[in-house]
Amino acid sequence: MKRIVEWLPALAVFFLVVGLWEGLVRALHVQQFLLPKPSTIVSVFWTQRHTLWPAGWYTFKEALGGFAIGSGLGILAATVVSRFRTLGTALMPIFIAANAVPIIAFAPIFGAWFNPISPRSKMAVAGVLCFLPVMVNSLRGLNSAKPRQIELMRSYAASELEIWRRVRVPTALPFVFTALKVASVLAMIGAIVGEYFGGALNALGVLINSSAQVFQFPLAWAGILVASLLGIALYGAVAGTERLVIRWAPDTRDA
Amino acid sequence: MSVVEIKGVTKTFAQGNVTALESIELELQPGEFVSLIGPSGCGKSTLLRVIGDLTPPTHGTVTVNGKPAHRARKDGDYGIVFQDSVLFDWRTVAKNIALPLEMLGWDRERRKTRVDEMLDLVELRSFADHHPWQLSGGMQQRVSIARALSFEPALLLMDEPFGALDEMTRERLNLELLSIWEKLGSTVVFVTHSISEAVFLSTRVVVMSPRPGRIAGVVEIDLPTPRTAETRYTPRFFELVTKVRELLRSRGEHLLPEEEELLEADR
Repeated sequence: MKRIVEWLPALAVFFLVVGLWEGLVRALHVQQFLLPKPSTIVSVFWTQRHTLWPAGWYTFKEALGGFAIGSGLGILAATVVSRFRTLGTALMPIFIAANAVPIIAFAPIFGAWFNPISPRSKMAVAGVLCFLPVMVNSLRGLNSAKPRQIELMRSYAASELEIWRRVRVPTALPFVFTALKVASVLAMIGAIVGEYFGGALNALGVLINSSAQVFQFPLAWAGILVASLLGIALYGAVAGTERLVIRWAPDTRDA
Repeated sequence: MSVVEIKGVTKTFAQGNVTALESIELELQPGEFVSLIGPSGCGKSTLLRVIGDLTPPTHGTVTVNGKPAHRARKDGDYGIVFQDSVLFDWRTVAKNIALPLEMLGWDRERRKTRVDEMLDLVELRSFADHHPWQLSGGMQQRVSIARALSFEPALLLMDEPFGALDEMTRERLNLELLSIWEKLGSTVVFVTHSISEAVFLSTRVVVMSPRPGRIAGVVEIDLPTPRTAETRYTPRFFELVTKVRELLRSRGEHLLPEEEELLEADR
């Protein structure tokens, strides 16, 4: 019960903003290509559902694939680097520099490397976007066990593997999940922006892009709505998993 | 056979060329409660860590239960309690206490029995399924002590275990620790910089002086047992506190101003 009450203010603000949007667009006669009414977007969202949802699903799969590959490799790389210190010292500056590179600029290149029509090029964009934050955060997590905790384990004659399993991994989990949440958002961005540079006709990014080009703005907005819902769903799935895995932490309970 | 035998232990840190310990000789008999006391930088924590094989001595040998310290660590001969409780957030109180038992390969049933015993010992039975962050600092430290004692180590190493607690909690935990120690008969090495705490708890107080870390003197504590809250008001307690303080003072010229303050605050 308490949960619903907690959500009320956010819901109120949401409906207020949508209502205001609807009212202002009507009152000021804003042209549709600038900003369609929410009611128009929702009605297009419904009438075009047989186009929109398959397109959304297609793009979602690309995002999910990129998310899985990028995050998986990120966690793997962090594990290897945390195990071999010297490797870490050699690679970390490069990773941190790479983290500052606007990866999305490479989207056309990935199109050339892989078939631009195939979902693989979008997965590559999404994957590369996910990799670095997950890698950097997981590594930080794996290295943030307190020295005293390690010493305590040593006093029990624990092997490195046991210390890793019983201390380093649980310590890293909150860091990893924070990164995965960020990555889930990046994956959707990567997949959609990747599709803006070309992709299968039934992909969401292509649909949004082409509708906008032919002035079907309500359809473009409906596409954005689908993308948003899917993005929230992916984020929610990761956050839900986090709650299942990390039951102990006081701060994730209310977050 | 002595539980701990320290022979000619010297420890220098390459960084800054600091001599943390110089020619330390010390022997602990079974069931002794020995406090190491001294101002910061006297090497008392380093000595504890050397005994526990958490850091190797530069020279000299440490023998625990007749074995080299390294062997003793591998055999799980000692339990350790740090200043902060070092509990694992992802484990409940009961699971934190069970951790060393898991490492020793005890089966579930045996673990449960022992954990329940330990929870009773530190009076935290009703908090078994709580997570550490739900506990007060004093309770966390009791969990930490229960964990260190759970596998009945021959030697209990405590590095300023009550240093971060308020005075009231500290005195209560002192009493609790003593009653546990009397019940279990373990040998304890206890690092502190509170003179009254050292005198109250110990059978022997080892006074250390800084730069380089040396043993300045050893005070036998002949207070009657069991010790109670009233022990702190007896004349003998004051005499012993004064004796320890004088030993610390005799090296006073080495003290930094903030260390002076620390000693004063303890009065």
